Amino acid sequence: MGGKILLANIDVPGIRGFDVYRETGGYKSVEKALKEMTPAMVNTEVTKSGLRGRGGAGFPTGLKWSFLDRKTDRPRYLVCNADESEPGTFKDRYLMQHLPHLLIEGLIISSYALGVNTCYIYIRGEFKYLVGILEHAILEARDHGFLGERILGTDYSLKIFVHPGAGAYICGEETALLESLEGKRGNPRIKPPFPAFKGLYGCPTVVNNVETLAAVGPIIVMGGEEYAKFGKGKSTGTKLISACGNINKPGVYEIEMGLPVEDFIYGAAYCGGIKGDKYLKAVIPGGSSVPILPADLMLSTAKGERRLMTYESLADGDFATGTMLGSGGFIVFDEDACIVRNTWNLAHFYRHESCGQCSPCREGTGWMEKVLFRIEHGQGKLSDIDLLVRISKNIEGNTICPLGDAAAWPVASAIRHFRREFEFHVEHPEAVKHINHGALPVSALP
Amino acid sequence: MLKVTIDNIPIDVEDGTTILQAARMIGGKVVPPAMCYYSKLKGSGGKCRTCLVKVAQSSAKDPRPIPKLVASCSTPVQDGMVVQNLTSPEVVEARKAIVEFLLLNHPLDCPVCDQAGECDLQDLSFGYGMEETETVEERREFPATDIGDKIKLHMNRCILCYRCVYAADQITGKRVHGVLYRGDVSEIGTLIKQAVDNDFSGNMIDVCPVGALTDKTFRFKSRVWFLKPMNAHRDCPACAGKVTAWLFGEEIYRVTGRKDQYGELEDFICNECRFEKKDPGDWIIEGPRHIKRQSVISANHYERMKKQSIILPIAGKMEDQF
Ligand SMILES: Cc1cc2nc3c(=O)[nH]c(=O)nc-3n(C[C@H](O)[C@H](O)[C@H](O)COP(=O)(O)O)c2cc1C
Ligand code: SF4
Ligand code: SF4
Ligand code: FES
Repeated sequence: MGGKILLANIDVPGIRGFDVYRETGGYKSVEKALKEMTPAMVNTEVTKSGLRGRGGAGFPTGLKWSFLDRKTDRPRYLVCNADESEPGTFKDRYLMQHLPHLLIEGLIISSYALGVNTCYIYIRGEFKYLVGILEHAILEARDHGFLGERILGTDYSLKIFVHPGAGAYICGEETALLESLEGKRGNPRIKPPFPAFKGLYGCPTVVNNVETLAAVGPIIVMGGEEYAKFGKGKSTGTKLISACGNINKPGVYEIEMGLPVEDFIYGAAYCGGIKGDKYLKAVIPGGSSVPILPADLMLSTAKGERRLMTYESLADGDFATGTMLGSGGFIVFDEDACIVRNTWNLAHFYRHESCGQCSPCREGTGWMEKVLFRIEHGQGKLSDIDLLVRISKNIEGNTICPLGDAAAWPVASAIRHFRREFEFHVEHPEAVKHINHGALPVSALP
Repeated sequence: MLKVTIDNIPIDVEDGTTILQAARMIGGKVVPPAMCYYSKLKGSGGKCRTCLVKVAQSSAKDPRPIPKLVASCSTPVQDGMVVQNLTSPEVVEARKAIVEFLLLNHPLDCPVCDQAGECDLQDLSFGYGMEETETVEERREFPATDIGDKIKLHMNRCILCYRCVYAADQITGKRVHGVLYRGDVSEIGTLIKQAVDNDFSGNMIDVCPVGALTDKTFRFKSRVWFLKPMNAHRDCPACAGKVTAWLFGEEIYRVTGRKDQYGELEDFICNECRFEKKDPGDWIIEGPRHIKRQSVISANHYERMKKQSIILPIAGKMEDQF
């Protein structure tokens, strides 16, 4: 299938096992990298590919790797962030479940490039069933000489460990993850120092997302420049999008960056349109933390251009009229979805998941949730809406880690674009009790 | 030496100094309030966010401002850095917001709280808080519990600054308490209500910025502003033995460590000095301790009381205290 890199062989029966994976060209990149390339050359290819972090922030991977402190004689670590707990995001799980060797392959080359001899996969606690799959893949790779001492007869050795978390969203934040990996309470650290200098056990560490690392294998095989031909502008390559909500075909899709949002929602190869032929009301395109956009702004930018699935196009208009690609958790709402209820639901999530370390996030997330609960249950006041905006502003930017922002943005954006619906909830407390799922499209509101 | 300017006042500091430490060297109004940072506790700071300041210029080399406000307690200065504390309206606004957050779940029980009068949160609210509240939400509630036989924990009042956790970790023999759960239901606790009975655990009371941890040997005995703080010392085998003894008449009502103007202890003291030595004969009294604070306990307030010679039942005693 055209435009697929990561999931190109997903339909091959038995692809989860080593033998079939190897037959389809698996582990070629390891042979190529370890035998023909220096670590610096691998680094260069990754930089050339333009690959950007798929964990949410979209930070250029090559650049991140270049920050790693290589001067110390302390060990260096690579940590694969498989904590995937962002509501709406389920692409890493899919990848690990069906293509565990693609990840292992990426880990080996990345570790080689970074001069790492110990690598950890920190996996979300709820993904227990994946631990066995990954460990099995690790053993298979080891038995075939791709892991362990002196890989493929070279001087390079690598061990990979799988470490399950205990079910906290905050442990996806890279420094909280490192704390948790060290066996401590998963509180984010105060930065600086950044993990590139002081990460796991105080040693230089790189933390990357599953999808980011999985892409490194194909990049080495095809070459960075070739990879960069996929996609559009600074959004190179392909992206896994986990689509859910009121669509005909929820699931994980690999798209070439630059696909128009409209094609993604309505195309038969992707979401296949809105369920029951209803109208599209709104989309959260990048996991629950990114701003929600109403249908019109989702399909085209404020300038009237078609909105594309790229980091740049989705962010066009900043937060006033834009949003973010984030982790690629694409949540679609049809005309019947209640934005207030959804916002309350998300606020509830962030309240539950805040680590509680810093006061704006600990107190602010709880406060927003309580106010939204009242509004959703017909006990709100009009002033509550501005209060929510004020709380979200007071959290934003004032916290230790980005969870504070992630909690503030959904609330602020929902009010920015759907204020009328919040007001409706306040003004018609009786009505919303019966139609809690907001059977009214925004346009029909009085 | 690095040159840094805080609220237009320049100062030269050593490499590795944080903005807050630099501000404290200047002193006065440029010092941001700190509710969680404690210079003697490693790892403390960064949590409460009351010390947020604006960096208008990152360094001489990089004159760009830092877009977000930074926690002054955990941000090292750079050469040529320009910092704004009270001169930045953004900082003042943010601080107001932080006070609001800290008070959101804080009970209004100052009238029955032993910490009242020497509480950092009172000072902070007085200095930066809003006059009105917008909250109608119920506050979170926890039952008061004992941590051992000498310390009372009122979790309702806790602002989760983690100071007591670091104190217990770093200065007592073995830590048996910490933060349990997460988010706005997290609490300081000992999980199985284990006693904290090691030699230096009492210092948790002194590092606590609010009335969440209080001294059970002093509970409800007196308001702190009726007491006469005296520097006192004794020959103690376990600690330096330098304390503040709080007298009512000739009686010692309580013993604490000596706190500086930022509420930090000069020396940690042992539990024996703190809880057991309440007889004036145990101590060599050096003389009155001047307490530099902004709130009720500050000299200002006493002086005003004296001038207006408010007649209280214990007025006579008040007079000879000051
Ligand atoms: C609250 C929070 C949760 C996060 N959860 C995840 C996660 O589950 N998986 C992930 O890969 N990155 C997550 N991140 C982002 C990581 O901190 C980090 O940026 C990422 O792992 C870097 O990898 P990348 O450069 O490959 O994207 C989270 C960040 C925050 C603030
Ligand atoms: S922003 Fe929230 S999750 Fe992040 S450190 Fe602060 S309290 Fe914890
Ligand atoms: S009990 Fe006191 S010292 Fe401990 S975290 Fe709470 S407020 Fe801070
Ligand atoms: S004193 Fe700096 S964040 Fe609390």
